[in-house]
Amino acid sequence: MRSKPKWLFPVLALLPVLGLYACLRIYPIAETLRLSLFKWNIISRRKPFVGLDNFVELMSDPLFLEAIFNTTIVAFGVLVITIPVGLALAALINGRQGLRRSGFYETSIFLPHVVSLVPAAMAWKWIFDARLGPLNALIGWFGIPAQAWLFDPALSLVCLIVLCSWQSIGYAVLIFLVGLKNVPEALYEAARLDGASALQAFRYVAIPLLRPVMLYVSVITLISSYNIYAQAFVLASDVQGAPGHLVRVLVLDMLENSFRNYRVGYAAAEAVVLLVIVLVLTGAQFRLFRDRSRA
Amino acid sequence: MSDPDHPSSDVDRNAPAGLAIDVVLFAVGLMMLLPLVFLISNAFKTPPELLAWPPTIIPDRPTLENILGVLHETPLLHWIGNTLIFAGISTASVVTTSAIAGYVLGKFDLPWFPAVFGIIIATSVVPFEVYMIPLYLNVQAAGMLNTLPGLLVGYLVMSFGIFLVRQYVTTSIPDELLEAARVDGAGEGWIFLRIVLPLMRGPLGALAVLAFFQAWTAFAWPLVVTTNKDTYTLEVGLALFQTGFTVDIGHLSAAAALALVPSALFFSLMRRNFVRGVAGTGLKE
Repeated sequence: MRSKPKWLFPVLALLPVLGLYACLRIYPIAETLRLSLFKWNIISRRKPFVGLDNFVELMSDPLFLEAIFNTTIVAFGVLVITIPVGLALAALINGRQGLRRSGFYETSIFLPHVVSLVPAAMAWKWIFDARLGPLNALIGWFGIPAQAWLFDPALSLVCLIVLCSWQSIGYAVLIFLVGLKNVPEALYEAARLDGASALQAFRYVAIPLLRPVMLYVSVITLISSYNIYAQAFVLASDVQGAPGHLVRVLVLDMLENSFRNYRVGYAAAEAVVLLVIVLVLTGAQFRLFRDRSRA
Repeated sequence: MSDPDHPSSDVDRNAPAGLAIDVVLFAVGLMMLLPLVFLISNAFKTPPELLAWPPTIIPDRPTLENILGVLHETPLLHWIGNTLIFAGISTASVVTTSAIAGYVLGKFDLPWFPAVFGIIIATSVVPFEVYMIPLYLNVQAAGMLNTLPGLLVGYLVMSFGIFLVRQYVTTSIPDELLEAARVDGAGEGWIFLRIVLPLMRGPLGALAVLAFFQAWTAFAWPLVVTTNKDTYTLEVGLALFQTGFTVDIGHLSAAAALALVPSALFFSLMRRNFVRGVAGTGLKE
């Protein structure tokens, strides 16, 4: 009976999970990389190897370039709103920690991050609606003429940024709060003794210590914004027969190439571009972390 | 570490400043909720009131017409059912696989385990959208489009779950405990089920909430693998319903509100679990 080898349990227990990973993660990732080198529309039997041709074609594909451009604008737009606003809110909430009402603050700011994307996007779509929406009525009060928020190419980008920032701020606040709790009270105490105001203490004590957390939140925010799809889908779809301006984002362009134009290899090449963007962002984060810990 | 139960003293000292902060935070909180509040309130408004300015928050003459109309026009309850089953199985699978793999990778040291863990974490960097297309082709080839298994394929495992459990197991479950049980002649399976699993209730609870929300809010994958009305998840059904030409804002809001309220309620109930799970993602060293 004692002869059961020690490795038997862990190996047997791990195998099914590894099997799932192999089939559902590793194989499809490898397959994406492979398909990106082939010219293949689902219907034809022929699947010739074309090397990097798909990538070369992407570089002069106006729709793809538009998608990359839009996605980048949205990602960085969301970033410049989310980080300062998130940091400010986290700092304010941190000072009210332990009070009953801080639960309300955290919940209300975090809720947009978790509720289903589609209904939330539909709520904003109504707000932005040119004829029925409260936004135009509101700016009308101030004498600003009504805007076609969802139809104008530039304004529809703004709408997408507002919607995505509204969703991502809660996550940033949550992570910043965790970071702020780890700042030793003694440091604030010392700053106060030296005559620093609360704002100065925050600026010169908390912010430097929070830098790794800020970096982490920035990268997560950028990566998730590069993956947006549902928000663009909902905002652009028809409003009572009037289609909004489609903000072409990366994932949307990729799915269109794959499922509408049946260009699977080409779409896979787009997926690889998305992967490279994400890897560069992640790599930059690791690098900056390492440099900082060495310095 | 500041003690969250005792607000720091300067808050009491600067009561006016504290009040100002409360006012700001209260206003921000309300603004964040406002779009959702409007959505729910619009669901109960009559067509003329929907056009009123300024928009009312509590409808003057609340009506159930929109909600009844939507339930009549769309299989919304059926979609909610689909999504519950999908999210439920996905959660069960994520929790089970994470518990097993996290424990094994955390407490046994075979020479190739660190490499396995590294690969699992590396795959988590790759967004789902990147490998969605090959996964779709496989599901299609297996004839699983429009089926529950096809839907689940994307949501059976979660690298973060394995990371979370492994982290917990290595820091909070002492080796001595497991050794003592082994000396007493307990089998490995028994140890896992009877000793380790009960100790992991906290992190597994947080993970379950996280997994449930991930599946409940899934969009791109359900959109491509389901193509007929009966198999839609709530998000997909709703997104396609709102592209219709003839639906009015009242009906749209009603449908969206019906989809929104369960997830918001569930979140409010599970807030602590959820926050613990999400905050864990920020605590990587």
